[in-house]
Amino acid sequence: MSTVSHNFSSPVITIKPSAGWLGLNLSEVWSRRELLYFLTWREVKVRYKQTLLGAAWALLQPLFTMVIFSLFFGRLAKMPSDGIPYPVFAFTALVPWIFFSNGLTQSSNSLVNNSQLITKIYFPRLLVPTAAVLGGAIDFLLAFGLLLMMILWYGVGIHATIVWIPLFVLLAFISSLGAGLWLAALNVEYRDVRHTVPFLVQMWMFGTPIAYPSSLLHEPWHTLYALNPMVGVVEGFRWAILGSQTRPDNLLLVSSAIAIFTLVTGAYFFRRTEKRFADLI
Amino acid sequence: MNDIAIRAENLGKRYNLGRSASREADPDFWALQDVSFEVESGQVIGVIGNNGAGKSTLLKVLSRITDPTAGRVEIKGRVGALLEVGTGFHPELSGRENIYLNGVIIGMKRSDIRKKFAEIVEFAGVENFLDTPVKRYSSGMYMRLAFSVAAHLDPDILIIDEVLAVGDAAFQKKCLGKLRDVATQAKRTVLFVSHNLQAVQALCDRTMHLEHGRIKAFGDTRTVVGRYLETTSTALTGLQQWTHDAPGNADIRLESIEVKSNDSSNGIYSSSQNLSVEFGFWAAAELPGLRVGFELATTTGVAVFSTWQNKPGQDGFLKAHSGKNQWRCTIPAGLLNAGTYLVVPQIAIGQDPWIVNGGATVGFEMVLDHGVSAYWNSLDANSRPGLVAPILDWTMIPGPALLDTAARNTAVNRTADLAVTP
Repeated sequence: MSTVSHNFSSPVITIKPSAGWLGLNLSEVWSRRELLYFLTWREVKVRYKQTLLGAAWALLQPLFTMVIFSLFFGRLAKMPSDGIPYPVFAFTALVPWIFFSNGLTQSSNSLVNNSQLITKIYFPRLLVPTAAVLGGAIDFLLAFGLLLMMILWYGVGIHATIVWIPLFVLLAFISSLGAGLWLAALNVEYRDVRHTVPFLVQMWMFGTPIAYPSSLLHEPWHTLYALNPMVGVVEGFRWAILGSQTRPDNLLLVSSAIAIFTLVTGAYFFRRTEKRFADLI
Repeated sequence: MNDIAIRAENLGKRYNLGRSASREADPDFWALQDVSFEVESGQVIGVIGNNGAGKSTLLKVLSRITDPTAGRVEIKGRVGALLEVGTGFHPELSGRENIYLNGVIIGMKRSDIRKKFAEIVEFAGVENFLDTPVKRYSSGMYMRLAFSVAAHLDPDILIIDEVLAVGDAAFQKKCLGKLRDVATQAKRTVLFVSHNLQAVQALCDRTMHLEHGRIKAFGDTRTVVGRYLETTSTALTGLQQWTHDAPGNADIRLESIEVKSNDSSNGIYSSSQNLSVEFGFWAAAELPGLRVGFELATTTGVAVFSTWQNKPGQDGFLKAHSGKNQWRCTIPAGLLNAGTYLVVPQIAIGQDPWIVNGGATVGFEMVLDHGVSAYWNSLDANSRPGLVAPILDWTMIPGPALLDTAARNTAVNRTADLAVTP
C-alpha cells in the first residue's frame, strides 16, 4: 500500500507491503477525476465505433426486447400490467434495467479488458469499473428520451413525480457498480466470472419485475423481493413516470439499503484485492 | 549535499508458484530481495541486468503498480512512470483524442496537455494525421506519437523502462536527446532501465546492476557497465545455448548463437578467417516484418556495428518459416581488430519495441593476424589502434593528379621567388 502526505514543496510517498483491509482512499480517487472523465469518455466514444448503426444500438436493444415481451408476455400470456398499456409498462422497466445490466457486464470485465493499463501504470483502480458503468449514461439518456415519446404516443401522460427519476437512476448506478466491483475483482483471479456474468444477468432479469408487475407477489414476499435492488429501481421508475400506484416506500427502503451495502462491501473487497491485480491479471 | 529523492530499504518482492509468469520449480520466487539504495534528487540512474534480474519488478514497485512483499520505499516528489509508450492508446480514436487520453492516463492535467499540445504534435511529426484513427498509423508514427506524449510529462521523478527502443535510428536519437534535456536542464531525477548500454553510458551518472533480484553493484556508470559486460558474456566461448528462459516471447525464441570460423579454438578466432555468426531460433509462424540481427560491441559497450538480415535496399532477404530456423551472418576476414567482442542479439518485428535486445550476449576473442607485413606483424592489441582493422584499398592516383601536384609545387616555388626578389 502507499500513502501520500503533502507538505508545501513536494509530496512524500511511502510504499510498503499492505496487510488486511485498506481505506477507500477516496481523496485520491477525487484527485484523479479527470482520468475518470476520460476513461468514461473513451468508453462512450469507442462503444459504437465501426458499427453500421452507431448509437441507434442504444435504442434498438430495449426496443426489440420490448417488442418480444409485448408479443409473448403481453399478447400471448396476457400478463397483467397495472392498467398500463403493456409496451409502455415493459419499456419503462427495460430502460433502467439495460443501464444496470450493461453496466454490470462492462464493469465485471473492465479490469481484465484494461489489463494493459493495470500492469503498466498506477492510478486508483476503482476508476476503471466506475467508468465502465458511467459509460452507459449516454445510452440511458437516449433510451429515456424514447420512453418519453412512447408515453406521449400512448397518451399515458407524464406525472410531476418524474422529478424523482434521478434518484432512481442513482440507485441503479449504485446497484450496478456494487455488484460490478465484486465481480471485477473476482474476475482478475477467476476468469470463471466472465462466463458466469451473461447467465447471471439473465437470471437477474427474470428476478426483476420487468415483464410482470411486482404486485403479483404478496406480503411478506413482496418486501423481501426488494432484496434484489433492481426491484426498487424498476418499481420506482413505474411510480415516478406512470404514476400507477402509490409510492413503493418499503421496496425502496430495502432496495436502497442492500444496494449501498453491496457497494460499500464491494469497494472494500476491491481495495483489499487491488494490490495483487497487476500480479494476477 | 542534495536531497534524497528515492530511499529504498530492504525491498523484496515475492511471486507465488503458478500465479504469475515466474519460475517453474520454486514455489516462492523472489524477484527482488534485500534491495536498498538511495538516489539523490537530480541524478540520472541507469538500471541494468540480464533478463529476469528484477529490473522490471523494481520499476513496478517504485511506480506503485504492484506492492512490495517486504521493505519500504520513500519517494519525494511527483512520480511519472513510463513502463511502455502509448499506455491506454485506443486504436479507434484519433491522434488528437489519444494525446489527451494517454496524457491524462500517465498523470498530466488536461490544461497542461492543452498548453503543450502543439509541442507534442510537432515533436511527433504527425500534424497531418491528427484526426486519423491511430490504427491507420504506421507503427513508426504510432510510436513517435506515444513517446512524444510521454516526453512531455513533467514529473519530479521519471521512471523509464526501455522506451527508447522504438522507432527508427533518427527518432531514437531524438528521444535520447529529449531525455538528456529532461535530465540535465530540468534537473529531474531519472531512473532509466535499459539494455542499451550505450544509452545508459551516455545518460546516466550512476548505474545499478541487478542480478537475481539483488543489487550486484551500484556506482559510477563506467565502472559498473564495464564490470557487467565482463561478467555476463558467458566466458567468451563464442557459443550460447538456451534450454529454458530463452530470450524472446510466445512468437519467437532464441535457441542458440554461435560464432564459427575455420580456424578457432576455445572462443579465440583469427581475423584472417571469415567469421560466421549463426542464430538458431524458433518461430511460431512466418512473422512478416521480422528483423533478426545483432550489435557487435566492445566490452566497454561501444557498438562497432549493427546488422540485420533485412538490410534496407535488399530484396529477397531472409524470411523465417514456422519452427526451427538457422541463419548465418558472415563477417568478412580482415575486418575486426584484436580484442574481445560481444554479439548482442536483437530481434524485433517491424518497428515495434524490441522482443530481444541484449540481455544475453555471446563473447569471443579476436586475434589480429591479417595484414601482417614487414612493417607490422605484431599480434599485440595495440598494434593497430581502432575498433576495427579493415584491409582498405590504397592506390596511387595516376596522371592528372601527379601533374596537378607538380603544378602546385611550381606555383609555391614562384611565390617563394616573389617573396625573395624585392
